[in-house]
Amino acid sequence: MTRPARIALKAAVWLVCLAPLAWLGYRAWTDDLGANPISFITNTLGDWTLRILLASLAMTPLRIVFGLSWPITLRRLLGLFAFTYVCLHFAVWSVLDFFFDWPRMWADIVKRPYITLGMLALLSLIPLAATSTTGMIRRLGARNWTRLHRLAYVAAVCAVLHYLWLAKVGVKDPYWYAAALVLLLGIRGWDWSRRALRRRRARAEAAPPRACPQAENPLS
Amino acid sequence: MLIRRAPRFAASEITDPKLYLSRRELIAGAAAALVLSPGPGMAAAPAPTLQSLAAARNHAVSSSEAPTKFEAATTYNNFYEFGVNKDDPSRLGHTLRPRPWTVQIDGFVGKPKTFDIDELIRLFPLEERVYSLRCVEAWSMIIPWIGFPLASLLKRVEPTGQAKFVEFTTLLDPNQFPAQKPGFFGYSSLDWPYVEGLRLDEAMHPLTLLTVGMYGKVLPNQNGAPVRVVIPWKYGFKSAKSIVRIRLVSEQPKTAWEKAAPQEYGFYSNVNPAVSHPRWSQADERRIGEFRRRPTLPFNGYADQVASLYAGMDLKKYY
Repeated sequence: MTRPARIALKAAVWLVCLAPLAWLGYRAWTDDLGANPISFITNTLGDWTLRILLASLAMTPLRIVFGLSWPITLRRLLGLFAFTYVCLHFAVWSVLDFFFDWPRMWADIVKRPYITLGMLALLSLIPLAATSTTGMIRRLGARNWTRLHRLAYVAAVCAVLHYLWLAKVGVKDPYWYAAALVLLLGIRGWDWSRRALRRRRARAEAAPPRACPQAENPLS
Repeated sequence: MLIRRAPRFAASEITDPKLYLSRRELIAGAAAALVLSPGPGMAAAPAPTLQSLAAARNHAVSSSEAPTKFEAATTYNNFYEFGVNKDDPSRLGHTLRPRPWTVQIDGFVGKPKTFDIDELIRLFPLEERVYSLRCVEAWSMIIPWIGFPLASLLKRVEPTGQAKFVEFTTLLDPNQFPAQKPGFFGYSSLDWPYVEGLRLDEAMHPLTLLTVGMYGKVLPNQNGAPVRVVIPWKYGFKSAKSIVRIRLVSEQPKTAWEKAAPQEYGFYSNVNPAVSHPRWSQADERRIGEFRRRPTLPFNGYADQVASLYAGMDLKKYY
């Protein structure tokens, strides 16, 4: 991919990821946030956290299924945008919704499983954001860095469960997110087992041939 | 053998429905013009399609707090027959036709009767009552309802000794309530029709209001036109909307929400800050239009009037 194409692609990601914030800002400006603005803002930010987080997890499957390499270059940017949205989501909850009532919020975090899961998702994204720079990758070493960044799966699972758990009867959106996550993880799982199988076969071919098992059978 | 009976009426004698329907509108209009003049307590500018409905405010049972904006009360609704989102009822509510409409009252009553809605509205003097509405989702509104005590109507039909509970049924008609049509894989949010219920003494309580209007007008479709019930000390979903049948029964009715999630939505569902919803706290609420949360009151602030109904009951068990 050429450099201008890469720049254009990243610019497009920036635009798409900032559009929901601009749209929220516009609706706030025109006093069009509905009867329960705090709930509306919280839900919108939560929705976009999930969408962008799942988008970041879709980049590797795009390579696996279609053999494309350019999506990987967007993974970090998408991940950081997902982190930005979850921070805003949390900020609205703690400032606008509960107005710094930390004891009340803490009680909910420990007592309400969907809030516990939401907090876990947020917390597991913090080390990923902190180690997202090229310098940190070098310092950690590629192997450790890759291992640490598997936390993205933890975050996505917790985030989807968070939404499934809080949604009331009849709300179907969380099931779509869950289906998308299952698909994305399924593609990875399939790819992983396919490669593991290939590795084992390669090892088997490289190893010296063992004695024929029938020879050990007394009945033969 | 084919027994032929002469028709009791000649076809020419049957009134064209268009005629009698328009006659009804005329009578309703005349009645409205007689009864109604712009009275006090009409907070918001009338929407053009909603007919005015005058009623003197019953100050003894009315909240002194400022009513929620009409705009908010008519665009932020839970009415699953139109969809699960808060704006579905106001966006899709036009499919409901609140006229002609009848309400059947039957079961263990001495005088079962089916009322035409316009007859029902004129049965007892209408009063305006400003009640707090606390949703189970931890938000609340202040709404000036118009109606009369359900007890007046129930006494009129004379409940028998076997009547222990009152069951309310909402209209079942997927053409008027789009969300009653099954979706993907036959999926439905609730088991239709929507059924709610009260104990007879709860239904007879003077605060329980058979409601036909709000904000000085008839009920908008999204708020449960043409007739609903309002029980201010219970979570909002107990207050069934667009009622077509009121049945007096001997067994506790199985309500729609109990069927959908029994561990979350009990039969009683009295507003109670001490009993959490399994997934969230009920200790506080957001009043629509306010910034900070406010504490939720036992029985939504109506404890003095209704707590005695539940004397000796374990309200954690009977949530």
